[in-house]
Amino acid sequence: MRIAALVIAAGLLLAACAGSPAAAPSAQGAPSADEVNAVAKNLYCPVCANVPLDVCGTAACAQWRGQIADLLTEGYTEQQVYDYFAAQYGQGVLAVPPARGLNWLVYLLPPAVILGAGLLLARNLRRWRQAPAPQGKAPATEDDYTRKLEEELDARR
Amino acid sequence: MTEETKPTSILGRVLAWGLLITLLALVGMQLRSSLQGVLTRGEQAPDFTLVTFDGQTITSADLEGKVVVLNIWASWCLPCKDEAVHLEQAWQHYQSREDVIFLGVAYVDTERESLAFIAEHGVTYPNGPDLGTLIYTSFRARGVPETFVINKLGEIASVKIGPYQSVQEIITVVDRLLELE
Repeated sequence: MRIAALVIAAGLLLAACAGSPAAAPSAQGAPSADEVNAVAKNLYCPVCANVPLDVCGTAACAQWRGQIADLLTEGYTEQQVYDYFAAQYGQGVLAVPPARGLNWLVYLLPPAVILGAGLLLARNLRRWRQAPAPQGKAPATEDDYTRKLEEELDARR
Repeated sequence: MTEETKPTSILGRVLAWGLLITLLALVGMQLRSSLQGVLTRGEQAPDFTLVTFDGQTITSADLEGKVVVLNIWASWCLPCKDEAVHLEQAWQHYQSREDVIFLGVAYVDTERESLAFIAEHGVTYPNGPDLGTLIYTSFRARGVPETFVINKLGEIASVKIGPYQSVQEIITVVDRLLELE
């Protein structure tokens, strides 16, 4: 009898364990605030310039975060959410603009400027090193003048 | 030594100046567009395409010969709520006419909230999202609500920055344009 009870209890426990993953889809269905914010931090609402969507407090931004939650619930990937927002509201909403057209400048200019500055610095450093160091004593004229001055001072003492 | 490095030096200078001029030109273009201000009376209205929430495509070419009241709004915009009532009442006044059309353009809005706003305020004239904020940008709007009234020649006849305060205010503007024909 005890064995039967143990078997039943084990069976119920197993069923409970097996049943728990069934709750997972509903938990996955509604994304958490952190999941929404992870996407939202890479978006900017045009109304609130320079404020990332995850920390923006306006009604418009709250609606956008709701929209992100809806899209994630529908099964959109992060990239698909960005594509959706870019199509709806323009590429200006993306924190990282796609590398197309004039956007290429954003990616090319900073490394180009850094590279150019590095080359310029390297070239100038080489020149400074190669420049002839001041050699010998001070010009003779100065020496002569000092010597003459000393002599005259001595003569007056 | 100096003579050997000269061609490289000249090329470097040309490249540096070229880069500088290009950058200045880009900055200048950006400044110019940001300093243009809103559209003014008499300017040709920009071409646009509005795909309404119910799937109808309306282009500016379809609107030739009509007085167009193009209202840019958003569901999160508080002044837009009162204005929506005035606009709908004005639309009811002109709805039977073939030569007047009202259009609503939802700016930076989610479809669900836009549709809720439209239902809440009983708006019946065509409304659609401003996809890519292209209409807002081409009309050089600076906020919401803003309303552009376009005459039958396709020119900007009136720009209202902020909400209309009454139905009569809208009717006065539209009637004046209808009388001009």
